[in-house]
Amino acid sequence: MELYVQASKSFVGFQLETDFTVSGERIGIFGQSGGGKSTLAALIAGLHSPDKGEIILDGHCLFSSAKGISVPPEKRRIAVVFQQPCLFPHLDVRSNLLYGFKRCALKHRTIDFAVLIEVLKLGDLLERGVNNLSGGEKQRVALGRAVLANPRLLLMDEPLSALDEGLKFQIMPYLNSVSSEFAIPYLFISHSLVEMRLMAEQVLPVERGRVLPQTTPDELARARMGYSQVGYINLLRLTAPRPERGIYAYGWGDHELAVSAGSTEPAALFELSSKDIIIFKKHPEAISARNLLRCMVVKTFSSGNTVGVELACGTERLVAEVVAEAAQELGIVPGCQVFAAIKASSFRKLG
Amino acid sequence: MTSLTPPDYQAIYLSMKVALAATALSLPFGIAFAYIMSFASFRGKLLLEVLINLPLTLPPVVIGYLLLLLLGKKGWIGSFLDQLGMGIIFTWKAAVIASAVVGFPLLVRSVRLSMEHVDQQLIQASRTLGASRHDTFLTVILPLSLPGVIAGSLLMFARSLGEFGATIIVAGNIPGVTQTIPLAIYDYAGAPASQALAISLCAVSIGMSAAVLIFHEFVSARLAKRG
Repeated sequence: MELYVQASKSFVGFQLETDFTVSGERIGIFGQSGGGKSTLAALIAGLHSPDKGEIILDGHCLFSSAKGISVPPEKRRIAVVFQQPCLFPHLDVRSNLLYGFKRCALKHRTIDFAVLIEVLKLGDLLERGVNNLSGGEKQRVALGRAVLANPRLLLMDEPLSALDEGLKFQIMPYLNSVSSEFAIPYLFISHSLVEMRLMAEQVLPVERGRVLPQTTPDELARARMGYSQVGYINLLRLTAPRPERGIYAYGWGDHELAVSAGSTEPAALFELSSKDIIIFKKHPEAISARNLLRCMVVKTFSSGNTVGVELACGTERLVAEVVAEAAQELGIVPGCQVFAAIKASSFRKLG
Repeated sequence: MTSLTPPDYQAIYLSMKVALAATALSLPFGIAFAYIMSFASFRGKLLLEVLINLPLTLPPVVIGYLLLLLLGKKGWIGSFLDQLGMGIIFTWKAAVIASAVVGFPLLVRSVRLSMEHVDQQLIQASRTLGASRHDTFLTVILPLSLPGVIAGSLLMFARSLGEFGATIIVAGNIPGVTQTIPLAIYDYAGAPASQALAISLCAVSIGMSAAVLIFHEFVSARLAKRG
């Protein structure tokens, strides 16, 4: 998918000015509320028209003020998954799912209803009224409905924001799997950097009505580390938990990590802040932290007044954060060996 | 209590016929106007808004008189219809038009209120799923505005049952032809000997209005529950 947006749109007290080309299958649009993300999404979907400019998707001109082109939303084949599920309350789940499918030209119908139902596990819900669904079920139906419209682009505008923490991480695999299963590129809009890192390959940061240069979610997270209260969030997929004296021992690459907030699920995603990793130059004799990892410094980078330290722990990677002065004192440079201490309680299970 | 006379039954039948016809005639226009007023923005919208709502505040007699000017033999529309051999004034059709004009704002208000409550994002979702404006109106906006359409129709029906001022001017008070319940009561009220007959028709009128309002409440409650 290749998208070119050169557009300006003014509202009272707000102006969006964009000029970018982005290509890829899993694109993120990241920014804080009020920055212009949703306005940008509405311009792309055709729900608002730019004051002037041009929007081109895969060579098809969707909007051009110069040429007087403005393709209406129903002809753009850009399905939107909104923050709220926006299911039609007068229709049951099946009719909701088929709403876009029925309106899609035969030549574009490539998605098989039965396969989608299987992927999104909607089989038991089909005959239900949409008011009798849980929040997670509603969002799965909304996603299914959008996918069944056979769009050439799926636009997800904060699709997880209205869900509670647990549900978010239950829905995310569905968002990922429908896109890959049915080969639909998507634009994923969110103010959450963690969601960005789990959902997008490329990111366009949007700030105060401007779209900043394209980057990767990880680069963005590193650049923001020193300015963020939570630092850089390491995302760790831990496996094969083993309860041991009140905590859990999880497999992580060649290592084992002690985690307080574990569960017996065979695999789980955990977050660990760069601020929760303490670096020792020499092996500390006695330490209360349950995890002490011998690591190699791969790379260092600056962010604000802190230094990010990328550590190789066997086959896995971690990013720790120290103040510039500490990095200098300890002589942390690429290639040196250090010990990383992490408390078992520093890991937070996602979902 | 005196029982109803054959002319009374005719008046009841005529009232029902006029109210039903006025509601049916107004419904498509009412829905179209409500849609335009809810979703379109154009120059002169305020003027149109005032024009539609004017019958709510104008004395019905004024509306009747204006309709008489318009539909009379020398009126703009009346002279044209007269050439086609379709006289309207002093027929039951004139009573229908009078009721339709007087009740129209009630219908539009109710439908519009319902339409304005339809979540904008549902409309946007429908559009991005491939539905045109027209399709979205028929498959999302209209079904979701159904409570307003039903409530508005019932209110308009009830209002038409009670229409008097405009009707007497454009349709007259001809027993068996244009005499609806209120007009019949008016006749009875003029003759002291007919008080009992007037009371009987008043009771019928109260009963019919109450029945419509009870049905209105029942339907509203059912629809609210469903929503």
